[in-house]
Amino acid sequence: MAEMDTSSGGGHKKGPGVKKGKKLSTRVDLTPMVDLGFLLITFFIFTTTMSQPTAMKLFLPKDAENPEDQNKAKESGVITLLLGKDNNVFYYEGQLAPDGSNFKSSNFKEIRTVLLEKKARTNEKDLVVVLKPSSESTYRNVVDILDEMTINVLKRYALVDISPVEEQLVKLSDAAGAAGGAGSN
Amino acid sequence: MGRAKLPRKSTNIDMTAMCDVAFLLLSFFILTTKFKPAEAIAVTTPNSVAAKVAPDKDIVMITIDKDGKVFITMDEEQKKEAVCNALNSQLNLNMNVAAFKKAGFFGAPFGQMASFLALAEDQRKGDKLPGIPVLDSTDNQMVTWMRAITDAYLGSKINLLVKGDNAAKYPAFKAVIDAFKKTDQLKFQMITNPESVPTGTELWKKTMAGEKREE
Repeated sequence: MAEMDTSSGGGHKKGPGVKKGKKLSTRVDLTPMVDLGFLLITFFIFTTTMSQPTAMKLFLPKDAENPEDQNKAKESGVITLLLGKDNNVFYYEGQLAPDGSNFKSSNFKEIRTVLLEKKARTNEKDLVVVLKPSSESTYRNVVDILDEMTINVLKRYALVDISPVEEQLVKLSDAAGAAGGAGSN
Repeated sequence: MGRAKLPRKSTNIDMTAMCDVAFLLLSFFILTTKFKPAEAIAVTTPNSVAAKVAPDKDIVMITIDKDGKVFITMDEEQKKEAVCNALNSQLNLNMNVAAFKKAGFFGAPFGQMASFLALAEDQRKGDKLPGIPVLDSTDNQMVTWMRAITDAYLGSKINLLVKGDNAAKYPAFKAVIDAFKKTDQLKFQMITNPESVPTGTELWKKTMAGEKREE
């Protein structure tokens, strides 16, 4: 064991008249020091692994020259998510009805149930999620919704440009949502 | 015969060895921790459940800050030189190659690149710089940049990264993606902070079942 020999110089006898000095132990209880050491270690381990940035992969589709070459999707299997201002999410299934009757509003918390429900009642091969961020949505929204695809294991999704009609609809709904207070739907 | 007396043993354990180990580990962790360098462009990245660690070699990183300003960072000097020469000859920019190689990031319209490079390194701060203009669809300078970069990396792998701020608006991001598409760079990665998978979701169930996640 790593103990220090404190008996200074290996046993030369002192004379009979020499008084012995009181021998003080040099052993220190190291337990608190060990505690502190391990505490710091745990701290460093956690901080190092936490700050490691991760990367999320995204594959872009190649722009098709003419509309006929584009990938076709079954109308019944399509759900379109539109990202609006202030973390609003809107969605519709299939084609957007001319009167906007199938246009529904949601948010990032509820969209998961919507997606899961859609996934449950659609044939897996037909399911396509179309993501259309409006110009008011933020980068964070886009990453969040892409993340939602990973979380719900949706394999087919695409980031698509929003059409002017939809953009307008999102804008109107955003304004209505702001006027009507948060979370009317 | 009497029984042999067991010597009474002390319950004190010598902690020295354990202490040595603890501090050895501690110094190891302290020394291996890489401190985040002070960044010229302040960006808070969003969270995602992606588990793959971002690459740090052969990177071309496009940073989008909270005002939607776009900056380019590259790590390889040789490629930087190639990009600089290509841009110089294409657009007659008169950029100083040495300064271009030394610069940590680029963020100015082509017309101002020469004066951008003339600035001292510590004065190039993201919030004071104009960034690369991308929003004008007729003059998305990102496309020119990406062309030069793609040519410089011809035949080798580019790790194309996008690092966006939470508050950056979508149009800036879209302009960057469009530039990628135009130069046939169809794979890229977005830098995010790790986040745990929400419990009870499908991905969570998969991970619990031990299935490997597709990247």
